[in-house]
Amino acid sequence: MTSTVESRSEPVGRGASSGLAAAARAPGWARYALLVAGLAVALWLPNGLYPAVAVDILCWALFAVAVDLLLGFTGLLSFGHAAFWGTSAYVTGLVAIHLGLPFPAAVLAGALAAAVLAVPIGYLAVRRTGIYFAMVTLAFAQLVYYVANEWRSVTQGENGLQGVPRELFGLDLTDDYYFYYAILPIVLLGLAGAWRIVHSPFGRVLVGIRDNPARARALGYPVHRYKLTVFVLSGFLAGLGGGLFAVSHRFVSLEVLHWTTSGKAVIVVVLGGIGTLWGGVLGAGILVRLEDWLSFSGFEAIGLVTGGIFVVVVLLFRRGIWGTASALARRRWGRRD
Amino acid sequence: MTALLQSTFNGLVSGAFYALLALGLAVIFGMLRVVNFAHGAFYMLGAFGAYVLLAEAGVPFWVALVVVPLALALLGMALERAFIHRLTRLDPLYNFLLTFGLTLILQDLVKLRYGVQSSPYEAPAGLRGSVDFGLFDFPTYRVFILGFAVAVCVGVWWALARTRVGMIVRAATERPELTRALGINVGRWITPVFGFGIALAGLAGVLAAPMRAVNPLMGADLIIVVFAVVVIGGLGSIFGSVAAGFGIGMVQAWAEAYLSAFPIVAQTIVFIVMAAVLLWRPAGLFGRAEAPA
Repeated sequence: MTSTVESRSEPVGRGASSGLAAAARAPGWARYALLVAGLAVALWLPNGLYPAVAVDILCWALFAVAVDLLLGFTGLLSFGHAAFWGTSAYVTGLVAIHLGLPFPAAVLAGALAAAVLAVPIGYLAVRRTGIYFAMVTLAFAQLVYYVANEWRSVTQGENGLQGVPRELFGLDLTDDYYFYYAILPIVLLGLAGAWRIVHSPFGRVLVGIRDNPARARALGYPVHRYKLTVFVLSGFLAGLGGGLFAVSHRFVSLEVLHWTTSGKAVIVVVLGGIGTLWGGVLGAGILVRLEDWLSFSGFEAIGLVTGGIFVVVVLLFRRGIWGTASALARRRWGRRD
Repeated sequence: MTALLQSTFNGLVSGAFYALLALGLAVIFGMLRVVNFAHGAFYMLGAFGAYVLLAEAGVPFWVALVVVPLALALLGMALERAFIHRLTRLDPLYNFLLTFGLTLILQDLVKLRYGVQSSPYEAPAGLRGSVDFGLFDFPTYRVFILGFAVAVCVGVWWALARTRVGMIVRAATERPELTRALGINVGRWITPVFGFGIALAGLAGVLAAPMRAVNPLMGADLIIVVFAVVVIGGLGSIFGSVAAGFGIGMVQAWAEAYLSAFPIVAQTIVFIVMAAVLLWRPAGLFGRAEAPA
């Protein structure tokens, strides 16, 4: 009876926007303290964790932030972001193997390829919204998966690309510990870029589109073009993560394009907190660490655990970890807004 | 000519699966505004249910065809009450995410118990062999699937068009607020309709058991194609979903038969058609346009 049209169309992540605004209004020292703490954790990470896991966390953090840029700040759930992550992984791998470029250049090439792929997919997908957008992106990602599976001369099919080099001007990066610090600047640059997008006038318009597309259109904003732009930017960021993932594993398999990879990125974002940006980083840390621990202890049904956690989060903690924590912090210390 | 008939027939058979799954998705979507990601998982459970009943209890196909969809309908209704129901007032994306989580759980539960290898399931005695239609022979079991699926679709259409429950469902699909205002208890029908949609997925699964490899992942790839099918047909239109299901089945079979030089086209034609539909009629072939966004 009380279910009105308004409550039904309440966009995902809207609750978080007030949190974001509150964070912007939080005292300056608190923000700097968080930033310093975050950087300290990033610098310490491979000392406290198995370095290969720490590297994976960085890659997935970029992926999650890319997905959150769409889901949390534009209200578009992409369930096919593996298309960009995976395409970049393959292009990065091919460039690194055949041209022998330093890995940052190969990753850049991969991310650009992902962004180029995001143009046609985004152009078609933004013609639908909501749940249809999710289904359409999922379907296009599956198309990319089939093409990669069939195009064996380039992708090596089931065997995958093997021996992706970690070339950087002759430096020895075979140890994951040093490789972590080699990719950390790239990852931080990507995260800073995402922060810049969200806090730019462009990002404000995106949030406006998310909350009320009709009003944004009435104000004269070309809604489709804004959505397409952020979709391509998000594809680039996901590609950055995917390219680094390929170099770090020195191997690219079809799994990088599979729908389960898209789904995992969404899980990471929801777990961390939709529309919180840094929540995705936190979610990546938790999920990658948990999966590593589960597979290390020989537990086969990882989906049982991740799916279970996901169901609990969606049912009970829709703000995710970051969103819940910042809401609690605000209630405890913050002023009323 | 014979080749064309043959591929058309095969296309209609695989289209029958798309149509049954798309029909269930559309009925659920109409009533609950939920896109059920777990639909593929329930299809898989249907096939596994038939397999387990036969292998471990000797229950024949015909019994499974009735029992398994009913059991899955109960499971679906329980899940609707326990989880989905709690999120229906929120953005529909949350239920999409929830059912995605349920998919991972259901898939891995089956994987834990039965592994990932495919299990064999033989067609029932009366449906082996083939039927001679003059021009060439059709496998009996496939003829049965096609006839059965068409009968189910016609039956659902009849129920929606002619029965009182069907009218309530259609009214609640088109104008939920107005239907409530007219004094009809829409909420009462939500859980049964969800269960019914799940039963259709389970039915498709039982039908698939003798024809396709029974394994825990059989539903996952299929559901993505079915999503493309409902985008093409327009999820708001029940007729459109069924028509798109059979149509895509045929287009796929023709692509396989006549573009065999390009296997990639046959595999991906459904997504190519979806792209064309998004360009030409973004709301789907039979859908109504959404409010501009």
